Amino acid sequence: MLKKALLAGVAMSAIATSAMAAGLSGDKVVVGVLTDLSSIYADVAGKGSIAAAELAVADYGGKVLGKPIEILTADHQNKADIASNIAREWIDAKGADVLVDLVTSSVGLAVQGIGGEKGVVTINSGAATVRLSQKECTATSFHWIYDTYSLAHVTTPTVVAEGGDSWFILTADYAFGHSLEGDASNVLKDLGAKLVGTVRHPFPSTDLSSFLLQAQASGAKVVALANAGQDTINSVKQASEFGIVAGGQKLVALLAFLSDIHSIGLELGQGLLVTTGFYWDMDDEARAFSKRFFEKFGKMPTMVQASVYSSTLHYLRSVEAAGTDDGKTVAAKMKELPIKDPVLRNATIGANGRVIHDMYLMQVKAPSESTSEWDLYKPVKTVPGAQAFQDPKQSGCALAQ
Amino acid sequence: MFELIGIPPQALFGQLLLGLINGSFYALLSLGLAVIFGMLNVINFAHGALYMVGAFVAWFLLQQLGLGYWWALVLCPIVVGLLGIVIEKTMLSRLYKLDHLYGLLLTFGIALILEGGFKHVYGVSGQSYAVPSAFAGGTNLGFMFLPFYRGWVVLLSIVVCLATWYAIEKTRLGSYLRAATENPRLVQSFGINVPVMITLTYGVGVALAGLAGVMAAPIYSVNALMGSNLIIVVFAVVVIGGMGSIFGAVVSGYMLGILEGLTKVFFPEASNIVVFLIMVVVLLLRPAGLFGRER
Amino acid sequence: MSVKYSTTPSGTVTGRLAGKASLIIGAILIAALLVAPHLLYPAFLMKALCFALFACAFNLMLGFVGLLSFGHAAFFGAAAYATGFAAKEWGFTPELAILFGGLVGGVFGLLFGWIAIRRQGIYFAMITLALSQMVFFLALQATAVTGGEDGLQGVPRGAVFGLISLEGSLSMYYFVVAVFLICFFFIWRVVNSPFGAVLKSIRENEPRAISLGYQVDRFKLIAFGLSAALTGVAGGTKTIALQLASLTDIQWQMSGEVILMTLLGGVGTLVGPAVGAGLVISLQNFLATSGLPVTVVVGVIFVICVLAFRRGIVGEFNAFLGRRKH
Repeated sequence: MLKKALLAGVAMSAIATSAMAAGLSGDKVVVGVLTDLSSIYADVAGKGSIAAAELAVADYGGKVLGKPIEILTADHQNKADIASNIAREWIDAKGADVLVDLVTSSVGLAVQGIGGEKGVVTINSGAATVRLSQKECTATSFHWIYDTYSLAHVTTPTVVAEGGDSWFILTADYAFGHSLEGDASNVLKDLGAKLVGTVRHPFPSTDLSSFLLQAQASGAKVVALANAGQDTINSVKQASEFGIVAGGQKLVALLAFLSDIHSIGLELGQGLLVTTGFYWDMDDEARAFSKRFFEKFGKMPTMVQASVYSSTLHYLRSVEAAGTDDGKTVAAKMKELPIKDPVLRNATIGANGRVIHDMYLMQVKAPSESTSEWDLYKPVKTVPGAQAFQDPKQSGCALAQ
Repeated sequence: MFELIGIPPQALFGQLLLGLINGSFYALLSLGLAVIFGMLNVINFAHGALYMVGAFVAWFLLQQLGLGYWWALVLCPIVVGLLGIVIEKTMLSRLYKLDHLYGLLLTFGIALILEGGFKHVYGVSGQSYAVPSAFAGGTNLGFMFLPFYRGWVVLLSIVVCLATWYAIEKTRLGSYLRAATENPRLVQSFGINVPVMITLTYGVGVALAGLAGVMAAPIYSVNALMGSNLIIVVFAVVVIGGMGSIFGAVVSGYMLGILEGLTKVFFPEASNIVVFLIMVVVLLLRPAGLFGRER
Repeated sequence: MSVKYSTTPSGTVTGRLAGKASLIIGAILIAALLVAPHLLYPAFLMKALCFALFACAFNLMLGFVGLLSFGHAAFFGAAAYATGFAAKEWGFTPELAILFGGLVGGVFGLLFGWIAIRRQGIYFAMITLALSQMVFFLALQATAVTGGEDGLQGVPRGAVFGLISLEGSLSMYYFVVAVFLICFFFIWRVVNSPFGAVLKSIRENEPRAISLGYQVDRFKLIAFGLSAALTGVAGGTKTIALQLASLTDIQWQMSGEVILMTLLGGVGTLVGPAVGAGLVISLQNFLATSGLPVTVVVGVIFVICVLAFRRGIVGEFNAFLGRRKH
């Protein structure tokens, strides 16, 4: 009774038959897009991620090994327990073969664990925690486009090299903020740059003015924001109000997505330095892909959404090449095959599931420099993957020792 | 002496001023809550959501109708007040005969609907609302750079709070209101239309929230969730001030803003629980709140 | 001030008929519970049962004492973390870990109660809300125990008494059923005991109870502690079953959810909250994949319940039976 209602609402195919032989389980490939549709990451991932996955499936031709591809979608509402339940149900009852997006660190860790337990591929595009490719890696886990380690290792050295040798870090007081701050300060130490001070603000905070005032008073050349989402948006807006950039300090957001900058607006965000794994306008291939994404979705893709496209496409190619959708086999194939898509450049996958590719430091344009609604960044530097990401051998992942 | 604490006095004054600015929002919002509670005996859980609606209406006025900040200051409280009147007339008034907890639950449900609705339509990244050009820039006070707009916020909130307090405590209409709170039947028998007064009170109370929303729009991000965590702090402020005391609500609002500002300097990680800690202490020492009377 | 559930023309709802109705419903539910994992997905059922227990424990305060607490998420979440931590770091067996969780919940409850009990009705609700928010922020910061944003992951299921393994879905499920039934039975005994009678008298007419010499505040505090401890058991069981404790468990919105479950099912009835919990969990599951805005739907249900459906499902059912007699 109740189960019928659940199935009807979710399943795109009415009947799930189970096929035994090597080949595709259930005679189809089931892609599960588990994302945040209604909470804080809805704009970073959300419906855009679903659109990206659909685009990837369509671009691949809608079939793999002659069999159909089914897409499941769900809103985990930023809650790890809802995500866990949905992941388990999709795997046990709906034959899910791969789970993508998985934004939010707690969700990412929980679902990756379930995927590892059940031999199902999990490709995380949304979560930032570097733990996904460290001790908690699994035989079927992947972390696709960015993590806290690479964000710190791209932004910090580049800014220091450009003269920003004294830093003040404003940190959101929770695990993500701490890890971002930790990574950044480690890099500062290695480079011999000065960490003038840090202050931790409660998460979440609407008013960062007190903390920004402290940053301003510190006289540091660089004010870095180790926070995300609404905290970052508020920090940038209020920094502008208090004239931090106008006063000569550089403002750096260690994690900001295209959707955040779009929300902040160029008037307030100009001059901000941001690291990203993908930008729609970075080269011809990216532009062509993003145009098609825009036609489908109405907004330019954030790096998370682009990553969902890239990872889904690579997964499908690997299934074709492996001739099966068995998790471990496909995962091994994914690490073997080169990644060729409009999203990643010079990409390889480490044994710990960490995708290593070029990352980009960008600066937010001034309003006068922008010619369209989404023309928000200008490139500052491209950092090769080997410099940006953690060496898999040092990650602590058992598969990469 | 300040050097002993490690903070130069200039920085301290800067933080105090910032705290006062935050306190303005606390004061305005707790004022509205206290007014509504005083008259209707209802805890308006939807207060945070209506504050959010006020900010969104301001944004909407600017985006779609090109009406700027000054229009918004007048129109938004009216719009939100009207919305409040509709809520009161169609739903809240049915619950007065029952336990007042149902009023709280109803407004909680309404808050969920409002917040969920805006979140669904506008997402959560927030909309930009520019600081009005009259207040652009700021002045260097020596101990800090004060954006003009923030100074305006403090001024306006003090004026509004004083005006409301005056209206309730010193005018005839206010005395009718206070009398109707004590003994509605008697006041009704004097020919004063108590139900209408109740409706208007709710409308005015939430209009205050709408006004706070407009004032917040340029400095805090306009997003669907802007009221939802704020409302809990405001509850704590009202409890500290003493339920039923308008003066208490306002004074506590400013005071707690300042205390929170100080905490951000000395112990920043605790700054979001300091209001609750103070609430606990006040409750243990003075259960009726600082300025409250037992009801 | 107290929340009274409405009475039928024939008298109070806790008459013989209502009792019979509850027994019939109860028997059907128990039978259904035993058979259910073969029809419905076990993880979903386990979650529903844990929340059913949570709602029943919450109802002890709202329905039987008449105090609306908006802070029960603190007990649920604190116990969830306590149980998870005990099972994962200290190697407690599941039943001990859950008992530990219940203890932690009870302690928090007594603490909240001690601060808030002096205040009536609405004040009580607001104070518990603020206290619970404070506990949330503490949990957010205590990353060594709670894992902060990442949550407490990988909680082992272990073996009951060191003997019966809970790794399999079915055995875990029956364990959850057992915990639920034991606690439910306990609640039933409390409600129908002299202690419960005093609580009800406090709800109906507190001044009278005081004049009769009862130390009203002490009774309320004990009831609050019990309610919080049972909530803690629910939270702990959920952690063992789902192997995860996260900030969601301790956020104030969780308190709102349990109020909805109780309201929808029937405040003041024994079985109502469990029914309400089952419905709300199913609804959340369904909404997660439907694309409809969850918060709005929940809000609408809340509003409808408060305006037109205050007795809740089981309450309406009881009233219906009561009316039929006449």
